[in-house]
Amino acid sequence: MRGRRFVLMLLCMPALLFLTVPLLGLLAKADVARFGVYVCCEEVTSALSLSLITATASALISLAIGTPLAYLLAYGQFRGKRLVDTLVDLPVVLPPTVAGLALLMALGREGLFGHRLEAMGISLTFTTAAVILAQTFVSCPLFIRQARVGFQSVPPHLILASRTLGASSSRTFWRVTLPLAWHALVAGLIMAWSRAIGEFGATLMFAGNMKGTTQTMPLAIYAQVTGEMQIKGAVVLALTLVAVSFLVMVVTKMLLAHEVKTPDSQAVALV
Amino acid sequence: MRTVVVLLVLLVATAMPPAAQAGQLTVFAAASLTEYVRGLEPIFEKAHPGVTVRTNLAASSECRLQIQQGAPADVFLSADSTSLALLTSANLAEKPQLFAKNHLVLIVAKRDRIGIKSPRDLTKRGLKLILPQQASPIGKYTYRVLTNLEALYGGGDYKRRVLANLVSEEQNVKAVVTKVVLGEADAGFCYVSDLTPEVRARVKVIALSPDVNVTATYPIAVTTASRQKALARDFVKLVLSPRGQALLAKHRLIPARKTK
Repeated sequence: MRGRRFVLMLLCMPALLFLTVPLLGLLAKADVARFGVYVCCEEVTSALSLSLITATASALISLAIGTPLAYLLAYGQFRGKRLVDTLVDLPVVLPPTVAGLALLMALGREGLFGHRLEAMGISLTFTTAAVILAQTFVSCPLFIRQARVGFQSVPPHLILASRTLGASSSRTFWRVTLPLAWHALVAGLIMAWSRAIGEFGATLMFAGNMKGTTQTMPLAIYAQVTGEMQIKGAVVLALTLVAVSFLVMVVTKMLLAHEVKTPDSQAVALV
Repeated sequence: MRTVVVLLVLLVATAMPPAAQAGQLTVFAAASLTEYVRGLEPIFEKAHPGVTVRTNLAASSECRLQIQQGAPADVFLSADSTSLALLTSANLAEKPQLFAKNHLVLIVAKRDRIGIKSPRDLTKRGLKLILPQQASPIGKYTYRVLTNLEALYGGGDYKRRVLANLVSEEQNVKAVVTKVVLGEADAGFCYVSDLTPEVRARVKVIALSPDVNVTATYPIAVTTASRQKALARDFVKLVLSPRGQALLAKHRLIPARKTK
């Protein structure tokens, strides 16, 4: 058994190395002495706060609009279900620039629905709202996928039991289904948040790049790379983003571990 | 087991440095040279049978950065002297030679909602102005034009009011042109060479007076790390030849060398 475990560890090394070496590269090139100087400047703080606010808003919107759809896809049986399923998954495989272009074509000033919005005085392009829209478009499907799996993993007999005991659909959802699927929803939220905070192409296309309103961290890093501070500034920004994302994910997972028994904690050690 | 071996072989094969392939020339060029470089490709390939030209078109500052980081470029056509000078001083490029010039122009969306007849109107409230990113050559030229315009209009806070209308700093000049053509932005600056017939048909063009306009100078150089130096030098020769210079004029660029 010992020998097999060693072989398994060996087989895991490529993946582990591949995923951590780039991060080590960033750390190695970081100008630690002047870290504070780079991070505290106004550009960075505005980009960071903008990224955090928009990604969180986007994740919450995904939660609100994605949960009903995930529920339908998990439990519903209807004509065209496969089509709906594919449409929901589509933004995930679309290159971000295509997603941005699509949003522009639909909601831009000259867009399909955009010009009607324009007539009502609503102009979406080049606004922070546009950033949130672009981020939600690319990350909502990730949440829906996770949430759907979560709902499907709720033992059906529990739902049936609840209904036969007289609870309404709604009560069953809030008191039985949701608490049992909760960890999957949060996992989905983390995925959506991570995807949203890393979005570059779609926001650049649809929302543009303007310090303070639409320049999120990825865009700021890119601007640094080609700007004056060049690589050094970019590395510092990149590390800041990595650190913040890491922190958020760790904290969320810790909170999760306290609330509910996740599949991880219950897994039997087979290795 | 066999599948593992096949996969490993494929992995190793794809990891082979592409520059080692014979008969391929990698050209890095400023985005504003898109049409020109595309026009050069068939001419060069015809004169060198078996050679394919690969191009990377991006803002010169981006190209410069990529070359600094080791990108396998053989030749670099830059939209300003600074980007190439940075490479030459770091011994990454050979001595540059001037091959073209360009001027800037103001473009306005066809559905002119604000009413822009001259650069002075760029201060109007509610205007959506887009500019190229400041680090790029066109970005630097544009900001210089704005400074010149402010001087022309007798100082004041023209530049500040215009920049208050800025809604986005785009990656390169082509992105600026696209958004104005689409009508998503009201106005933007670009090069005269970007006014292809398709673009001209879909935007309003406002020429800039020579007093305020900037002459963009385009140098070309072979990279020191190039593994195709002979081909690269041939490419430079083509660009500087009467034929190459005549092609510039066809694509609305100004030849740096006098042509008959």
